[in-house]
Amino acid sequence: MKLAFDIESGDFASAGKASSQIKQVLKQLQVDPKTIKRIVVAVYEAEVNVVAHSVGGTLTANITESEIVVVVVDRGPGIVNIELAMKAGFSTASKEVREMGFGAGMGLPNIKKNTDDLKIESRVGEGTTLTFRNAF
Amino acid sequence: MRLTDIIRLTRAHLAAGDEIEGREIKNGFSSDLMSDVLTLDTEHMLLITGLANIQLIRTAEMADIEVVLLARNKKATPDMIELAKETGLVIIETPYSIFRASGILYENGLEPVY
Repeated sequence: MKLAFDIESGDFASAGKASSQIKQVLKQLQVDPKTIKRIVVAVYEAEVNVVAHSVGGTLTANITESEIVVVVVDRGPGIVNIELAMKAGFSTASKEVREMGFGAGMGLPNIKKNTDDLKIESRVGEGTTLTFRNAF
Repeated sequence: MRLTDIIRLTRAHLAAGDEIEGREIKNGFSSDLMSDVLTLDTEHMLLITGLANIQLIRTAEMADIEVVLLARNKKATPDMIELAKETGLVIIETPYSIFRASGILYENGLEPVY
C-alpha cells in the first residue's frame, strides 16, 4: 500500500495529517502499538521539519505486511551540515517555530531514535531527502 | 490516579472528551516543548502544559497521551476541541499554574515519568 502527501511550507495547521492517516492504517493492520508510536512520532517529526524548515515537499509511505518505508522529499533549501543537524540541541528554527513548541534541535535525533534505518541526503540549494524504515 | 480526582484537585473544567468516570492515569509530565514530549517512551499519561495550539493535540495523538491539562486559564480553541474529539483525547482546563497543578497532582500520587 502506498500513501502520498503534499506538505506545505509554514502550514502548521496541517502538520500531522500524514502521520495521523498513517497511524489509522497501521492500527487497522494491527501493528503493535509501541511500533506504531515509534513510526508515527518519526513521521510527525519529519512533517514538522518540512513545514518549519523547507519551502515544501512530499511524504510517501510504502506499507507492506512486514515493514513501512517512508520517504520525505523537500525542495530546499537543504541542510548545510548534516552532522551538526543530527546533534541534539542544534537548531536553525525561527522564533515562530519555537513558539509552536518545536525547534529545540531534537527532531532529527528523535527520528533516528524511533526508526530502524535512517538515511539523509541533502544538497544546499536543491533540497533534502529523508528515507527511513521500520519493521513490524 | 482517577481522572475525576485530577479534575477535582486542579479545579479543572472539561473542554473535550467523555467517559471520564472510572478512568485511571498513572503518570504525569509537564512541558511546553512538544519536541521533548515526543521523546517520551511512556504512554497513556497526563500532559500539563501552557501551550494551547493544534500542534499540542497532534503531539498528544502521536505520543499516545490520554489527557492534556491546560494551565493558567489557557482555553482550547474550537479546532483543538474538534481534533481532540476525532482522536479521543481528553482536554481539561485549570486556573492553576503548571507549577501549582504539578505540585498538587504529584503530592496526591500521580507518578512522574522521570
